[in-house]
Amino acid sequence: MTGKLISLQEAIAQQVRDGDTLYLAGFTHLIPFAAGHEIIRQKRKNLTLARATPDLVYDQMVAAGCASKVIFSYMGNPGVGSLRVVRTALEAGQLEWEEYSHFGMISRLQAGATGLPFMPMNPTAAGDLERSNPLYRTVTDPYSGQPVVVVPALKPDVAIVHVQRADTQGNAQIWGIIGEQKEAAFAAERVILTAEEIVDEAVIRSDPNRTLIPGFVVDAVCHVPYAAHPSYTQGYYDRDNAFYLEWDRTSASPDATQAYLDEWVYGVPDRQAYWEKLGPEVHARLQVASRLSLPADYGEY
Amino acid sequence: MTINAARLLRDSDVVFVGVGLPNLACNLARHTHTPNLMMIYEAGVIGAQPARLPLSIGDPTLVSGALAVCSMYDIFAFYLQRGNVDVGFLGGAQIDRFGNINATVIGDYDHPKVRLPGSGGSMEIAAWANRCYILTPHQKRRFPEKVDFRTSAGFLNGKTERDAAQLRGRGPQAVVTDLGILEPDETGELVLTALHPGKTLTQAQENTGWALRSAPEIKVTEPPSAEELHILRTELDPTGIYLKGGG
Repeated sequence: MTGKLISLQEAIAQQVRDGDTLYLAGFTHLIPFAAGHEIIRQKRKNLTLARATPDLVYDQMVAAGCASKVIFSYMGNPGVGSLRVVRTALEAGQLEWEEYSHFGMISRLQAGATGLPFMPMNPTAAGDLERSNPLYRTVTDPYSGQPVVVVPALKPDVAIVHVQRADTQGNAQIWGIIGEQKEAAFAAERVILTAEEIVDEAVIRSDPNRTLIPGFVVDAVCHVPYAAHPSYTQGYYDRDNAFYLEWDRTSASPDATQAYLDEWVYGVPDRQAYWEKLGPEVHARLQVASRLSLPADYGEY
Repeated sequence: MTINAARLLRDSDVVFVGVGLPNLACNLARHTHTPNLMMIYEAGVIGAQPARLPLSIGDPTLVSGALAVCSMYDIFAFYLQRGNVDVGFLGGAQIDRFGNINATVIGDYDHPKVRLPGSGGSMEIAAWANRCYILTPHQKRRFPEKVDFRTSAGFLNGKTERDAAQLRGRGPQAVVTDLGILEPDETGELVLTALHPGKTLTQAQENTGWALRSAPEIKVTEPPSAEELHILRTELDPTGIYLKGGG
């Protein structure tokens, strides 16, 4: 049974349209780079790219000219420094932006995912971000009379989520850092999954607590091993920190950035070719030893 | 700087760990005087015991062997907003006289001269962690009288103003620099309370953008111990990736 299983090329072609608001989920972990690269190859335009941390994937998509706007809460290369492409575009006034704190951004998704119009938060007194972004509002708590800060629901057109394993219907299991994948999937109109492994439904049913996303909110399932590189997949391969450091140099030069895109995005047909091109040295460096959890006994009832 | 930050931690603390030097300081403290330090990472990891020093705050080593993992919404809501965090570490491009921090922009927000990464978790950490510590190199451009943009709240325009805002946390309790330590006085103004061995008040004043006052008696910080240096240099940061710029 193939269910919703299609190629990533088909999934992007069918689900992602020019002008869409996208949320490529994953806080450092499971960032769907393969999907980002496919969107670049298919030359989508005028996208609004929302992510708490735009990370390198949005730096690359902005460099490729896919975006007209970014929505974010931390626009940096984690542990390294600046996200140079996005930063340069913002400073040059070439890219619109909308900005929150992490909690504000994630509260927007939480509202979107739970069908609420907005989400309240306690005030922080910092003030300036709330004054700079008119979508932050302060309202009165009807019970205590105290002020609360609210942000509106974020409902992306498309969420893209990378997972360790899913069945062909899109029932998906994630472990490790679970950032905002579930929230993004429930908030979005359409959901594309990429998975390291496609497993039998019985595997999912053997451990239902690990299922973050039920198949009925998923539109397309794509089998894409190593889809997160240079981000990582817990238990499958390590984060490529060397790549994150190197990107700081690459992205300092527009020519080097375009050369990167030519070689590693436009120059390969898909993720399999990309992974092979990385070569055995990188594969070995990113290999991880096994550390299994103890099985949980659900009981036979 | 890192070592002095580590020394501010207590064994029973629940600490919200940030990227870079705070990450290093917390891990150093865990290897020295606070073996029971409860490290929480904004990526949603509780009770991390990293086997290697993570470059990012979302590294897989934080997860393996941790007590719990939760979503980002949960970490900010259940843990930070609910009041379960003792200590937060903050940094930024600018820290002003009342400990307010700018991590967003130099110049005008809508037409940025230098666009910085932005708040991340710092807006809420500064408001809701019981105690906040700030780590930063001591340079005049980093210590203006007033920040260009208030990303996260220190004492606003003075302690009474922060008190009136009824924030859960008590605000910045110390700013650790490469010259010494600044602490808020009763009005919330940062004053120099300690110098590292060999550093002078004049140096600190020359590198501060307001008329920096000092405590009646300026302490001298303990020099790094052999154990602290050994753990930092051989175990936590053997390639010097964190400490290359000083720290």
